[in-house]
Amino acid sequence: MILPVKTKVLLACCLVWLAACTDQENDFGRPLEQRTQPVDLVLLEDGRPDPAVLAKEQVVRRGNGEEPETLDPHLAQGIPAAHILRDLFEGLTAESAEGELVPGAALRWNISRDARTYTFYLRRDLFWSNGDPLAADDFVYSLQRALSPETASSAARTLLPIQNAREVLAGELPVEELGITLLDEFTMQITLTGPTPYFLGLLASPVAYPVNRKNVEEFGDQFSKAGQLVSNGAYVLKDWAPRVSIELEKNPNYREAGLTIIERVIYSPTEDRSAEVKQFRSGALDWTNEVPNNQFQWLQRHYPDELVVSPWMGSYFFGFNLTQEPFIDNPSLRMALILAIDRQIITEKVTQFGEMPSYALVPTGIDGYVPFSPEYADWSQEERDHEAGRLYEQAGYSEERPLQVEIRYNTSDNNKKIALAVASMWKQALGVNVTLVNEEFRVFLQNREQKVITQVFKAGWVSDYNDPYSFLELFLTGHRGNDYGYSNSTFDALLDEVGLERVRARRERLMFEAERVLMSDHVIIPIYTYVTKRLVSPRLRGWQNNVMDHHPTRYMFMLKSRESSEPAGDPQ
Amino acid sequence: MRQEGVLRHAAMRFLGLIPTLLVLITIAFFLIRMAPGGPFDGEKILPPEIRANLDASYHLDEPLLQQYFRYLGQIITGDFGPSFQYKDWTVNELIARGFPVSATVGGLAIVLAFVLGTLIGTIAALRQNTAVDYSVMGVAMLGISIPNFVVAPLLILGVAVYAGWLPAGGWDGSWQRMVLPVITLALPAIAYIARLTRGSMIEVLHSNYIRTARAKGLPERLVILRHALRPAILPVISYMGPATAALITGSVVIERIYSIPGLGSYFVQGALNRDYTLVMGVVVFYGIVIIVLNFIVDLLYAWLNPRIRYDEAQ
Repeated sequence: MILPVKTKVLLACCLVWLAACTDQENDFGRPLEQRTQPVDLVLLEDGRPDPAVLAKEQVVRRGNGEEPETLDPHLAQGIPAAHILRDLFEGLTAESAEGELVPGAALRWNISRDARTYTFYLRRDLFWSNGDPLAADDFVYSLQRALSPETASSAARTLLPIQNAREVLAGELPVEELGITLLDEFTMQITLTGPTPYFLGLLASPVAYPVNRKNVEEFGDQFSKAGQLVSNGAYVLKDWAPRVSIELEKNPNYREAGLTIIERVIYSPTEDRSAEVKQFRSGALDWTNEVPNNQFQWLQRHYPDELVVSPWMGSYFFGFNLTQEPFIDNPSLRMALILAIDRQIITEKVTQFGEMPSYALVPTGIDGYVPFSPEYADWSQEERDHEAGRLYEQAGYSEERPLQVEIRYNTSDNNKKIALAVASMWKQALGVNVTLVNEEFRVFLQNREQKVITQVFKAGWVSDYNDPYSFLELFLTGHRGNDYGYSNSTFDALLDEVGLERVRARRERLMFEAERVLMSDHVIIPIYTYVTKRLVSPRLRGWQNNVMDHHPTRYMFMLKSRESSEPAGDPQ
Repeated sequence: MRQEGVLRHAAMRFLGLIPTLLVLITIAFFLIRMAPGGPFDGEKILPPEIRANLDASYHLDEPLLQQYFRYLGQIITGDFGPSFQYKDWTVNELIARGFPVSATVGGLAIVLAFVLGTLIGTIAALRQNTAVDYSVMGVAMLGISIPNFVVAPLLILGVAVYAGWLPAGGWDGSWQRMVLPVITLALPAIAYIARLTRGSMIEVLHSNYIRTARAKGLPERLVILRHALRPAILPVISYMGPATAALITGSVVIERIYSIPGLGSYFVQGALNRDYTLVMGVVVFYGIVIIVLNFIVDLLYAWLNPRIRYDEAQ
């Protein structure tokens, strides 16, 4: 019997192995607790950081949430993929560190008087990462590919404003019939169905990025793999191990390669938020995708320099099902429920993340639009509760005959906490009896869409583009996202006008008016405006907070830490 | 004679695998299709034209029965199809990348568990009802009861965040990144195996042939190693089959907390995303692993326990 000997050997190996790890020189970063602060940032005259303050190794390791579903820019639709694609590619337009629209592959553009035709003049010195020259026909080919029925892209809905896009997607017209024309080698024209003020912004999104025709034709649907992908952005794909990491390397052929400081970007999928924070604290990440809600206060106390909270272009709200009892034709009841919620308590005590309480649909900070603010926004909570009580009785309910209502939400800690808080506020202020129902996400979505068993349900919207229209269109009669059963011809007419209006100020007024109509119909229960929250190493600079939460790596740089700057001596 | 019986038994078991798998595939296929919502449903609803293109490109526009037979035809050639969610990868590629990771971590964990578990169990049995026995078994009980989603973050916090000895997570195939996940996975199994070994060892030590061996004056070490250990680990062996299958196919909790790209997350992610092909691929693969491991356990059983003879069953 040799088993015992084996046992001993194995055991010994295990012990040696365990002992070895204690004195192993590690190369996986240094725990945050042991790190020093960065040197002060010194800028040169042109606004770029002084090379003397930069770390020798310009590598940034970014936590990136879920594994991206694909790196084919025309098929990708999730946020994690978009973060990476913004580094790999560049559209006709691009975004600055602040999220402002700037010229990308197109140097400039003209918009026709009817706001339907855009002429783009491309830069003449553009190259793909493989050295091939890049010109307007690459963009024509790519937009056609994105909208072709064979590509079967869900992200193509972003490009629906382009003339004939719907017909081409439905297979009724060939891709050549799209409103996209090549004028000469470096000039192209895009014609839209109607004025779309946010169209230039859409062109900065992944589905409008160019793909290299030879590359796609050579590798087919495998072209977006490492070693094959040809791109035109500041970085190229070096390595992709699914659910391990995606590594990008600086693209020497990028038009601003001389200005790009970070040499290497490593995106790590981080499915578990607490684990992500631990990786950050252990030094394995410089940038987290998120932080867990329940650790906010602790992080605020222990990592005040690293914790970054900033408004995001999304709204969290609940919806009423207007097609069923008890909310059908009962605006007083709906208003009573909207009033009887103390949003301050929800954001300060429940979610605790510095979210902004909201009283309307569109979050503040979307492209300069100032959202509608209802009268009760300025009231105290006592006044709101008092008015809520009056409306509640007017709707025929009382302490003896309380409302029984269900709040339905998709399973998540945050939804549960908020629903619980809302339920107890309604109970306290009005005596409403609330049942909480949680459902798996897709089951929940189906129930919402069918509008049969839902009463009050979790809703919310994160915009695809920097325009209030993205929020408002959900409430159009018959819109497929209209799970509320809302239908108001005045509202629909206003949004139709928004679609045709070319003057920015007038368009904003129309949208404001539409939002006012919507809020006066009491369709949703606004709760708060989303924020992004993450930990960022104080050494990583150059990025700016913005409502879109877009942070291209090419604007970032790493400062060196104080201790490493000392032995080098002071040149002055 | 015995050899031949084992072979025939093996052949029969392998033939039996086919109907089992067919039933598994059928049930799994229709169950996941019955779940409400589809792979392309989301909060952002797709325009009908786009939805139609997607359905067509994944054959979801065909009648369900036709899809079922298409899937069967595909799976016979060993092709699990493209993943709905991870569009750049086929299910075969995802399993081929995920399984080695899960198998390494799970395999090391089960070896560690087997070695330490039987060792601790035997020691406890030999010191039955002493302080050693009670403390070892107390710790084992604790190991079973503390869930790994508690152990894992504590280990990370202590070893990686404060001490900085090992990475907090991630994967590059290096041993440093395996230590914590392997320990976390092995702990409950160590505890369970220790309890199993202790129980059966005590029973065996009271049996007549052990008494005979001792009476013949054999040294205690030989009594234990040569005569007692083999029958005593029989219950452990039958536990090892399903336990190995469970460990080497990955654990969702461990994979999430340590950011390990194993197979376990695909189960959960696939089901939540209604990634039909991925769920099916993982279910079929897991089915095969379990069947094969159970088969190996049966053979081991026969080898360890002469009382079980497969030719006698005929």
